[in-house]
Amino acid sequence: MADKVLMKGNEALAEAAIMAGCKHYFGYPITPQTEVAAYMAKRMPKVDGVFLQAESEIAAINMVIGVSACGKRVMTSSSSPGISLKSEGISYLAGCELPALIVNVQRGGPGLGGIQPSQSDYNQTTKGGGHGDYKLIVLAPASIQEMVDLTFKGFDLADKYRMQTMILADGTIGQMMEPVSLDMGEVKTYDKPWATTGTRYHEGRNVVNSLSLSPAQLEQWNIDRYERYKIVERDEVMFEEFMMDDAEICVVAFGIAARVSKNAILEARKQGLKVGMIRPITLWPFPKDALKKASEKVKAFLSVELNMGQMIDDVKLAIDCKKPVYLCNRTGGVIMSPDEVVEKLKQIEKGDLKAW
Amino acid sequence: MFGKRITIFSGHYGSGKTNVAVNYSKSLKTKYDRVSIYDLDIVNPYFRTVDAQNDLEKAGVELIVSPFAETNVDLPAMSAKSYLMLDKDSGRAVVDLGGDDRGALAMGRFSGRIKEENDYDMLLVLNVFRPETRTVDGIIEIMREIERVAEISFTGIVNNSNLGVETTAETVYNSIDTVNRLCEKTKLDVAFTAVKSGLEIDEKRIRTKILPIELIKYGNWL
Repeated sequence: MADKVLMKGNEALAEAAIMAGCKHYFGYPITPQTEVAAYMAKRMPKVDGVFLQAESEIAAINMVIGVSACGKRVMTSSSSPGISLKSEGISYLAGCELPALIVNVQRGGPGLGGIQPSQSDYNQTTKGGGHGDYKLIVLAPASIQEMVDLTFKGFDLADKYRMQTMILADGTIGQMMEPVSLDMGEVKTYDKPWATTGTRYHEGRNVVNSLSLSPAQLEQWNIDRYERYKIVERDEVMFEEFMMDDAEICVVAFGIAARVSKNAILEARKQGLKVGMIRPITLWPFPKDALKKASEKVKAFLSVELNMGQMIDDVKLAIDCKKPVYLCNRTGGVIMSPDEVVEKLKQIEKGDLKAW
Repeated sequence: MFGKRITIFSGHYGSGKTNVAVNYSKSLKTKYDRVSIYDLDIVNPYFRTVDAQNDLEKAGVELIVSPFAETNVDLPAMSAKSYLMLDKDSGRAVVDLGGDDRGALAMGRFSGRIKEENDYDMLLVLNVFRPETRTVDGIIEIMREIERVAEISFTGIVNNSNLGVETTAETVYNSIDTVNRLCEKTKLDVAFTAVKSGLEIDEKRIRTKILPIELIKYGNWL
């Protein structure tokens, strides 16, 4: 308690990255993510690190490729339109098997959209975004403490699996303030024998590359990578169950929508509705098994999202469409109120709502 | 606590300037006929003075704010009406600046005239539980950065130390030592301590004036 400090989500994330051993940050300002860059600009020189405001998002992600190839922890951050620009570089990172942390503090889209919070990059982040066969580990914080914890964890997972971790936050989580503990424990380090740090007189040389001249070899690389993804899907799923013991309706929500949903569930229970929630913390790997298990006992699911309905498809796939799945959503930078969620729950109970 | 015609609230990013300025102006209105609050924040996209618009209207405080605050227009702008604060006949003025030197930059164009009139307070809103203002040296570094760009010097301190929803009376007591050492080193006094209303606090331990704070409601999901 005594060691807690009050931080903005964006600042907390930046500080956690430094504590995780990230001494290289490349970025470009964009609302509502700008505090990450501003914080890094101030802090990095003090910890003997590098802050560089690149000339564009594309430049920043390519700088990330360079530092990661040298075996160092590195990150970049942006908000929705900026992540679209970075997508080519993210695909190259995946092809080169280079660990990195990428942060998306989402705002409303498509296009220039707006600066208010949204979760409409779910599909972009979990289904690809860039080209080619690859997956990102996607972590969705729902509190400032989780901004810290998941940033720390994100670097670890990236190094462990030679993957790219995306922190998929939203404008509200980035901007709001909560007390946090920065006591993160030891940073685990990983050997990186593939890093391009000189031959040290050994034979051969390290090459970091995503180009293969042989289709068969490229195919094998992709197969090998997907073998690794299977291990991540088996070992690294994270989710939170909330009041699921006797639940008849299961809300599925992540990030800020899960905060709204928690309040809605408490209110719905006061009104006699048996509601619980499964909150995915990893959006990829998605908590399929937990949802499938829940589908054996609940009568319906309600996906609560700040978009036109994106995660809801993954919910349906996870439960093999065994139970009806409904949608409660707002988009364009608008956050639903707990009352709107309660209203949907009541409509499901009465049979007044059309399933997705 | 309400001595001067113009009161400027400045300080480190996220120290609670808006909450303090809004509550201060509402209290001020109970003593003075005409009170205006000037939102000069050119940094923050969310959580702005305009979130307290209804409250301020009810209290009779005039809000002067950029029409783009809390919209999708990401423009560091302020209202042309901001110049009203310089007019002695415009009543009491409360100025809510953006955080750090980046936010305080907006003050520069007004500072000369304000210093000329010489009826102002420039108060540092301080939360010692923010990571960059935990130490006296850290606080002074930020104060000097602000003063350099705002072209006006601090005249007092507002102790707004808190841990958000986890704030207890103990949190406030734990801040006193740092604040006292800051006062000693800067030769400034504490204008008042801002305390979340409902928090039971031993005024003898605070030994400054207290301003009760009703937090601005941003949404019932927080």
